[in-house]
Amino acid sequence: MKILGIDTSCDETAVAVVADGRDVLSNVIASQVKAHEEYGGVVPELASRKHIEAINYIVDKALTEAAVTFRDVDAVAVTNRPGLIGALLVGVAAAKSLAYAHNLPLLGINHIEGHIYANSMVHDALTFPHICLTVSGGHTLLVEVHEGWRYKVLGGTQDDAAGEVYDKIAKYLGLGFPGGRIIDELAQKGNPTAIAFPRPMRNSGDYQFSFSGIKTSVRYFVEKAQRAGTLQLPPVGSASGPDRIRLEDIAASFQAAVVDVLVYKTVRAAKATGAKTITLTGGVAANSQLRASLKTAAAEIGANVYYPPIRLCTDNGAMIAGIAYEKYHRGLRDGLALNAAATGAIVDV
Amino acid sequence: MKQTFKTHSPEETRALGEQLGKTLKPGDVIALIGDLGTGKTCLTQGIARGVGIAPGEVVSSPSYILINEYKGTIPIYHIDLYRLENAAEIADLGLTEYIEADGICIVEWAERMAAALPMRCVRIDIRWEDENVRHFTVQHPVSG
Repeated sequence: MKILGIDTSCDETAVAVVADGRDVLSNVIASQVKAHEEYGGVVPELASRKHIEAINYIVDKALTEAAVTFRDVDAVAVTNRPGLIGALLVGVAAAKSLAYAHNLPLLGINHIEGHIYANSMVHDALTFPHICLTVSGGHTLLVEVHEGWRYKVLGGTQDDAAGEVYDKIAKYLGLGFPGGRIIDELAQKGNPTAIAFPRPMRNSGDYQFSFSGIKTSVRYFVEKAQRAGTLQLPPVGSASGPDRIRLEDIAASFQAAVVDVLVYKTVRAAKATGAKTITLTGGVAANSQLRASLKTAAAEIGANVYYPPIRLCTDNGAMIAGIAYEKYHRGLRDGLALNAAATGAIVDV
Repeated sequence: MKQTFKTHSPEETRALGEQLGKTLKPGDVIALIGDLGTGKTCLTQGIARGVGIAPGEVVSSPSYILINEYKGTIPIYHIDLYRLENAAEIADLGLTEYIEADGICIVEWAERMAAALPMRCVRIDIRWEDENVRHFTVQHPVSG
């Protein structure tokens, strides 16, 4: 069974064709289409109505790359919540038109469920219930995932998402974009215990997160060091001497603080539920320190850690088509009255 | 009318926001202007509490998604222009529809759309003194 999956929840115009919930026949993301001149549009760098310019071309490209036509497609799935309403509406309108024109079933999907499902598209060994940590620029969510793709939300961020703090700190330090990869690379050359940044809410006894305070602490530390003359931004290599603060150490210490809280709470959740499987998803799942620390900590309680390849971590249409396959077999069908919604919690067990 | 406030912790900042939130009515727009880590989202959490946000709704940073919507006594639209670089990108977002709507709009990094802000908006400048101390300058519209 082949499903066309569409995601326009934020920045990306993403469309994929997936067979039987696993076999990714195509997975097209507008920002990665090099020759965007082909459709005469602007790459939607930011969530906006620019999705309109891209959507038809990206649908066609997904079909072409999968070597299928609409005659081979069995259903159309689309992210209809949560996200930026103006962006979601473009995907939903496109999906409804396509489903109607080709007389295909339509399924409205929660974006977060797509992220959670991504691991099962590439790993056979996932057991239930498992603990899933979704970490990206927009999300930080800890979920207990039960058989049949039913969920219990354990906690999430109370302010900034983990990936957002990476991007903001990188920009603040003058390191550029994408902040996650740049800080991760710099951190590998630094000392993670050089600066004791706070671990907000680590011992709060629940599964909530807060990363805004780490951002403030980094800024305070940097300003103090600049005043003391031990740090120069942007680094020009002139600040030297024994007191000199290395950007690598700031990056490593910052990363250690973020990763510590994420790993601690995720493993604690696995321990509490007895889950032997932990999955990591979202753009920050690419972080080397997060992967390594989580693996080590999980091993101590006999749990395994899984993460998908990056093309399934970041926003994509394949994960939407993937979870839609499971939902289709559980009877989900949406009518042409399907609407988009800015908010939308995943349904609890 | 111009007022100044000083807070010494995130909790004090939230309490200040709560007081302000209690005075708001549908259609009000709050423009927040302050550097990284000055407490814009923190103040917004307080404002939302004062407005009467629905239980269970979490006020988190909309930097990535650009707009968060919260249910409550009055709907709250929490807008964040951090990632937007120019007027065209902001125009693409269709913010006028939110600002003209019957909810309360709170706009972080509002200086990026200064020209497009309505006359009736309340402007709050936040200045950082040290790790915990913040100064707030609240400017109410002349007619308000």
